[in-house]
Amino acid sequence: MQRLTHLQRLEADSIQVFREAVSESEKPVMLYSVGKDSSVMLHLAMKAFYPSLPPFPLLHVDTTWKFRAMYEFRDKLVAELGMDLLVYQNPECIEKGINPFDHGSALHTDMWKTEGLKQALDLYQFDLAFGGARRDEEKSRAKERVFSIRSAQHRWDPKSQRPELWHLYNARTQPGESVRVFPLSNWTELDVWQYIHLEQIPIVPLYFSAPRPVVERDGTLIMVDDDRMPVEPGEVMERNVRFRTLGCYPLTGAIESEASTLTEIIQEMLLTTSSERQGRVIDHDSSGSMEKKKQEGYF
Amino acid sequence: MAHVSNELLASDIEAYLHQHEHKTMLRFITCGSVDDGKSTLIGRLLYDSHLVFEDHLASLESDSKKVGTQGDELDFALLVDGLAAEREQGITIDVAYRFFSTEHRKFIVADTPGHEQYTRNMVTGASTADLAVILIDARKGVLTQTRRHSFLVSLLGIRHVVVAVNKLDLIDYSKETFDAIEADYRAFAAEVGLSDIVCIPMSALRGDNITEPSPNTPWYHGPTLIGYLETIEIDDEQHAGPFRMPVQWVNRPNLDFRGFSGVIVGGSVQPGDQLRILPSGRESTVARIVTADGDLDEAMTGQSVTICLDDEVDISRGDVLCAASSPAAVADQFECHVVWMSEEAMLPGRSYLLKIGARTVTATVAQPKYKVNVNTLEHTATTTLELNEIGVCNISLDRPVPFDAYAENRDMGGFILVDRFTNATVAAGLLHFALRRADNVHWQAVEVDKHARATLNGQQPAVVWFTGLSGAGKSTIANIVEQKLHELGRHTYLLDGDNVRHGLNRDLGFTDANRVENVRRVAEVARLMADAGLIVLCSFISPFRSERQMARDLLETGEFVEVFVDSGLDVAEQRDRKGLYAKARRGELVNFTGIDSPYEVPESPEIHLDASGTVTAEESADEVVDHLRRAGILAPPPHPQP
Repeated sequence: MQRLTHLQRLEADSIQVFREAVSESEKPVMLYSVGKDSSVMLHLAMKAFYPSLPPFPLLHVDTTWKFRAMYEFRDKLVAELGMDLLVYQNPECIEKGINPFDHGSALHTDMWKTEGLKQALDLYQFDLAFGGARRDEEKSRAKERVFSIRSAQHRWDPKSQRPELWHLYNARTQPGESVRVFPLSNWTELDVWQYIHLEQIPIVPLYFSAPRPVVERDGTLIMVDDDRMPVEPGEVMERNVRFRTLGCYPLTGAIESEASTLTEIIQEMLLTTSSERQGRVIDHDSSGSMEKKKQEGYF
Repeated sequence: MAHVSNELLASDIEAYLHQHEHKTMLRFITCGSVDDGKSTLIGRLLYDSHLVFEDHLASLESDSKKVGTQGDELDFALLVDGLAAEREQGITIDVAYRFFSTEHRKFIVADTPGHEQYTRNMVTGASTADLAVILIDARKGVLTQTRRHSFLVSLLGIRHVVVAVNKLDLIDYSKETFDAIEADYRAFAAEVGLSDIVCIPMSALRGDNITEPSPNTPWYHGPTLIGYLETIEIDDEQHAGPFRMPVQWVNRPNLDFRGFSGVIVGGSVQPGDQLRILPSGRESTVARIVTADGDLDEAMTGQSVTICLDDEVDISRGDVLCAASSPAAVADQFECHVVWMSEEAMLPGRSYLLKIGARTVTATVAQPKYKVNVNTLEHTATTTLELNEIGVCNISLDRPVPFDAYAENRDMGGFILVDRFTNATVAAGLLHFALRRADNVHWQAVEVDKHARATLNGQQPAVVWFTGLSGAGKSTIANIVEQKLHELGRHTYLLDGDNVRHGLNRDLGFTDANRVENVRRVAEVARLMADAGLIVLCSFISPFRSERQMARDLLETGEFVEVFVDSGLDVAEQRDRKGLYAKARRGELVNFTGIDSPYEVPESPEIHLDASGTVTAEESADEVVDHLRRAGILAPPPHPQP
């Protein structure tokens, strides 16, 4: 008997999740962050509803501090696919000029991303939002449900999660509550890269190594993506670097690498020795910090 | 990833990727308690399959010294114990999913705790598993919890079991002890219907027989744990069975395309296959199997596809496409196993939402026939099911659903129950067979129908439902309303809580379960009277939203008028016409609404009466009559639309 490969099973299960979520909600939306996981999630959504377009818009909770290459990639891809894109920027952050240099990474992330996301969901009254989080990213995420209920205040209560049996998902909500749905729950980082390779899914070129202007801060290489970044004279150097994860450019560490093709990236990843989230500054705060952030409404 | 020394990876990445992109997947569950070394085993699997990164290793090393239980050695358990609270308590409290991969397979591990109160978690983890790894501490042998785990594994339809006899290092790798445990286990497993069993002597801590055969057990010639997990063929009966696909979503991008999207949960399908659509029973032929990667010549169990049919058939979400030669059954009453998963106990007679496949219907669960003691497998009589209890019940639905017995097809026979108000998933269930009763009692079609009777009465049937605390004034107001309607020449009947309890409901007390049954019977009687063309006035405390909703659902839209007689507890208690509050306060009366039993305030009643004393009962009654007049209930019914 012919068997499905693990990637075929993961794909089919994710598609089932998409179709179920759309059928059981009034106003769904997909959170699109332009990274590789978002690329895979969007690719799966296109497959799930083919030949229709996915019946929901994309929402980019923007911080104005993403890499320029991310904005270019986003606008081009969305135009090609014909999807609707909503871009939300927390107006309070714009007014106060919140940035990672003057306000620190914690406040910057909280105000632009966590608060921005809550404001956007309230503004558009979405009752269901797809996110690209995976269970293998962090220990506390191993117990996250595929369909995760959030209170009207967007809080996550680890004590009152609904059991998920077979492929039966319960997406029912009270007024004000919403559901976060994670179609990539059972994918690992390696699965994601293998799938990108197999399906030739376009990703932001920043994942590939190229000569880029960087500075070294606290032992981390930060790319100088525009002139908003304060630098000392002579501090900027050119290095062959790439990024394993994408976020706000001043908060995203680059790694020195010669891997300039997809297969080279995967090879390097398999031979390398530090995990994916290490490049993200927010995880370093304290043990269990992701869990606290989740309870407060961080995706 | 640490320590990878795969030559293929370094020398030929394309060949490596090709190999890894064509791996299969196995989902398994691990059962055992922390004491059995379960977390250590999973940590070891992740570690040995090189999925632990250097930075995780660094924090593992520092955590091991800080809170570990293994002295200076690595405590693998710390790799998997997730949430902060449980890390402090040192126990796992929920289902966690872990991932690891070898050259041949990707694995998804459902990690669930072994303590008695967590049946819910284990059933959840087992529902998607192909195989179970049951841990036994070699020093303790087969324990009560081993029996419990094995029963649940068998109940959930897992056929392959690996018995990991762990901590063999602590009994000097004794063959005799291992053999005794194996014999013990096999004898017991036969009782619960498990037959495909492999017992492996191991030490998760030392790594014996995990990936490599251990030199410490030269007497053991069976597979290593990983060796077995990598090669076991899951003989999937669902895969080989008849075609089944619940329709999740109707795909209509334009007028020229109409496809039915879903995941195949049984058998396979090809263009040209004859299908039967359930529950309607109509037949059609597969024209195309559409995917974003092109049309398929064949699709099999586990694939998500979109199926186009030869002719225009009316199909909606929740319908099931079946092989015409071997369709699923359709029924509305079943016998099933129910696993209760909510802190709030089951209330027989209450209506819950039932989701099966892509279909959600209303279900009423009857009083359990018995519950199963998961430790001894004994059956005991019970009136309800509490959290983590498993029972066998009859269940009846408001509409027929397509299904297969759970033993034949998990996805066609497994369901969840959802509370209609909190929306919590309160139970999981396994359908076994349809009850014949439903087939044999045919609905008697009658010539003189409800409309005919209502027309003769010159009014529209309605149920006016007064709810509120004892002493709020429900019966007083309902009485006046009936007098007024009578004077207007309307045909009425008043059902009153106290009176009904002297006759029809004489056998019921005041527990939550009895209150639910009380209201269910009254609602059914009210429905019959409305069918007879009457305006029915019901005066019942009816404290729970669920039952008021059930009464509402029995009637047609607009026929149910909920009247909230709102006095507030203080006023009702002050009046205390029957002296009941005083008794309840003295503890002489238990389960008294408002005192030690809850009253759930109506969220959007048709009429909200202020009964605190500022408005007279007469005025309140006028308000009700006015509402009925405005709603058109006091006028003759309109002619039915042709």
